[in-house]
Amino acid sequence: MTFKSITILGGVDKDGKDENIRALTIERGEIYSVIGFTGSGKSRLIRDIEQLADRDTVTKRQILIDGKTPDYSMRRDPSKKIVAHLTQNMNYIMDLQCGDFLRLRAECRKMTDAKKNAEQILETANKLCGEPIADYAQLTSLSGGQSRALMIADTAINTNAPIILIDEIENAGIDKKAAMDTLLGSDKIIIVVTHDPMLALSGKKRIIMRNGGMDGLLTLTEKEKEVFSKLQTLSEYSLEVQRNLRLGKTL
Amino acid sequence: MQKIVIIGGPPAAGKTAVISQLIRLLKSDGKSVAVCKIDCLQTRDDESYRMLGVPAIAGLSRDICPDHFLAANLEEIAAWGIRKAAEILIIETAGLCHRCAPATKKTIAVCVLDCVSSIRVPDKIGPVLTDCDIAVITKGDMVSQAETEVFWQSVSALNSRAEIVEVNGVTGSGVQYLKRFIDEIDAAHSIVGDELRSDMPSAICSYCIGERRIGNMYQQGVVTKMEIPT
Repeated sequence: MTFKSITILGGVDKDGKDENIRALTIERGEIYSVIGFTGSGKSRLIRDIEQLADRDTVTKRQILIDGKTPDYSMRRDPSKKIVAHLTQNMNYIMDLQCGDFLRLRAECRKMTDAKKNAEQILETANKLCGEPIADYAQLTSLSGGQSRALMIADTAINTNAPIILIDEIENAGIDKKAAMDTLLGSDKIIIVVTHDPMLALSGKKRIIMRNGGMDGLLTLTEKEKEVFSKLQTLSEYSLEVQRNLRLGKTL
Repeated sequence: MQKIVIIGGPPAAGKTAVISQLIRLLKSDGKSVAVCKIDCLQTRDDESYRMLGVPAIAGLSRDICPDHFLAANLEEIAAWGIRKAAEILIIETAGLCHRCAPATKKTIAVCVLDCVSSIRVPDKIGPVLTDCDIAVITKGDMVSQAETEVFWQSVSALNSRAEIVEVNGVTGSGVQYLKRFIDEIDAAHSIVGDELRSDMPSAICSYCIGERRIGNMYQQGVVTKMEIPT
């Protein structure tokens, strides 16, 4: 699927009033963050993007690809989906072994070598989590962090989707920077929903959500770039402390 | 002429929620809708459908399989729908073992499944899924995108002819596609001369007619024995 941009046409907020942002175009290669208080409509916004909403969701938003209404097959056929969505879910509920699940998943996405693809995802996931995941482990028995790591690896590798939506990557105690590095691709559209200030400043632009609507759009300032590097230093320090504590060391 | 849509699927898959969203959408489109709910022991769903401003009735099958009960009452239910001037008559059936499909050749058959239940559910239910025209997958917001896709695939493998649509019963997203497929299927026929799409399992053993005692000597009618290794 080759395209240059997606456009979000504004809908309504929770009171049914027009949201402030009426049209917003995101080009490939751009990272946007979505920020706002809990319940402000962040997850709903990225669900709209995932579903390529066509004025048919509660928000009445419309998503255009290169300025045009996308074909319905892009919404339904998993192999044609252009959006990979890392949801907030922290656990799998499907009663399958990891390996079987990954191979089935690769078949849905019409990957040529399902077995190799599954191995690659497990390997990547295992770099993100402390205790490794076995091919034969039941999906439902994975810890929160392991599930999350597997979801991240799956989103990063198993899709050639040009749009990646990330909802709260910082859940479940995995290294958020390592996770983000796994997901980022130079030619992708990345939209990150977050409460984490560092991640909120990792995009060039950020969408501010309020009362279900897109309330404002801000561009990263020079001052904020400085704040970002300070937060990064802090985060590295915090990770170092966490690692030592987990290893059973005293500080 | 009314279109009849028969909606089945396992308990708690979200049939009533999906139907409620469908009714809202159909009504906002100016369509006249009537609903009949077939359940086993008790239901209040007819009340909640009436709250949506559509005529609704309920039938309780009690000791009989609800799908058999529906087949036995379909003609009368269809006549009621016509009296209510319904363009679309929705029949929700609780189903029991899901080995049958209550669907007939002239009606639109919809099967509702939720992807939270089990990946093995599609394999376990019979014609209600394999004979349906539209399969609705619910609760997609409760699982990862990958799980929804794998579930989708397993449904599609069992019925490649069906349109598959993901509907969120709470927010109603996706229900527009269910409506679109219902619109597209040419099914505005009279129920006269209609036929079931597949055989229903026979249920005519002693236990069907009130036998309680266990043991060969009490069993009459169609009795099937398992092959158990010695």
